[in-house]
Amino acid sequence: MAAIYNLFIINKSGGLIFYKDYGSAGRMDTNDSLRLASLWHSLHAISQQLSPTVECFGIELLQADTFDLHCFQSLTGTKFFVVCEPGAQHMESLLKVIYELYTDYVLKNPFYEMEMPIRCELFDIHLSQAVQKDRVVLLGR
Amino acid sequence: MAPAAPRTGDAVFASVERVNAELFTLTYGAIVRQLLTDLEEVDEVNKQLDQMGYNIGVRLIDEFLAKSNISRCVDFKETAEVIAKVGFKIFLGVTATVTNWDAEGTSCSLVLEENPLVDFVELPDTCQGLYYCNILSGVIRGALEMVSMKTEVTWVRDILHGDDACELRVKLVKQIPEEYPYKDDD
Repeated sequence: MAAIYNLFIINKSGGLIFYKDYGSAGRMDTNDSLRLASLWHSLHAISQQLSPTVECFGIELLQADTFDLHCFQSLTGTKFFVVCEPGAQHMESLLKVIYELYTDYVLKNPFYEMEMPIRCELFDIHLSQAVQKDRVVLLGR
Repeated sequence: MAPAAPRTGDAVFASVERVNAELFTLTYGAIVRQLLTDLEEVDEVNKQLDQMGYNIGVRLIDEFLAKSNISRCVDFKETAEVIAKVGFKIFLGVTATVTNWDAEGTSCSLVLEENPLVDFVELPDTCQGLYYCNILSGVIRGALEMVSMKTEVTWVRDILHGDDACELRVKLVKQIPEEYPYKDDD
């Protein structure tokens, strides 16, 4: 469980719609998580403009001494990103799984309003299952 | 390297949970029937079905992208093919054919030889103006709007109006650029 520090989901306009932290490292309060989310949104957009290669869709992995940040952006503009231990494996597939869970348990919930913060219990349950068994399940994928 | 995008929806269709087709068809019929009772005007029902489809489409697109592993389409032609071969297969269990491209490549027809929505339906004389499957055009419009394509979707042929197939005309109105609106330079 120590592999992942936090998980963020931001909508296409850069608003944080979901935040969760795992374990003790890198825990942050609401204000910090909102700030980091909008900062990442802008950074991601700027990276697309700065990239020397055409057809660049933004930063996918940011590596630092104390953490890795993996980001997945869907074609509809929603961004999912995890902050995890340096060198943690299978984060791309984990993000894909989280995207599927989001489509199943968030978007299909008729009472979920698009682009609004996610408060869906089913999503929380399935998400924690996916994160808990990530190394077991994802290794086999 | 990313896996090559599948050109059919067969694999996804086989792996997702499905419901009995008759249950689906009858449920849809009940919805249309209820709308006719509530709204009385056929035109209003057409509008309402389109709006319902739109609301479905804007959510459905993410499920489609998540489950089909489709990557970015290079042009509208590819988009149309993907809708016809993968999209319709995953969500309706049938495939459509893409035909009648115009010269600019911005509008085409999706032809559905079979349409599970109309299986038991006969339109009465009072409902001749009803586009029974108008929800489908809304779904396509909503889904494409979420991936930056503004489209108009209209019915050309309809089995329920005595034609041999259902034909949807999809017209690309404009491609909304994905860049952020940086207005500093203007």
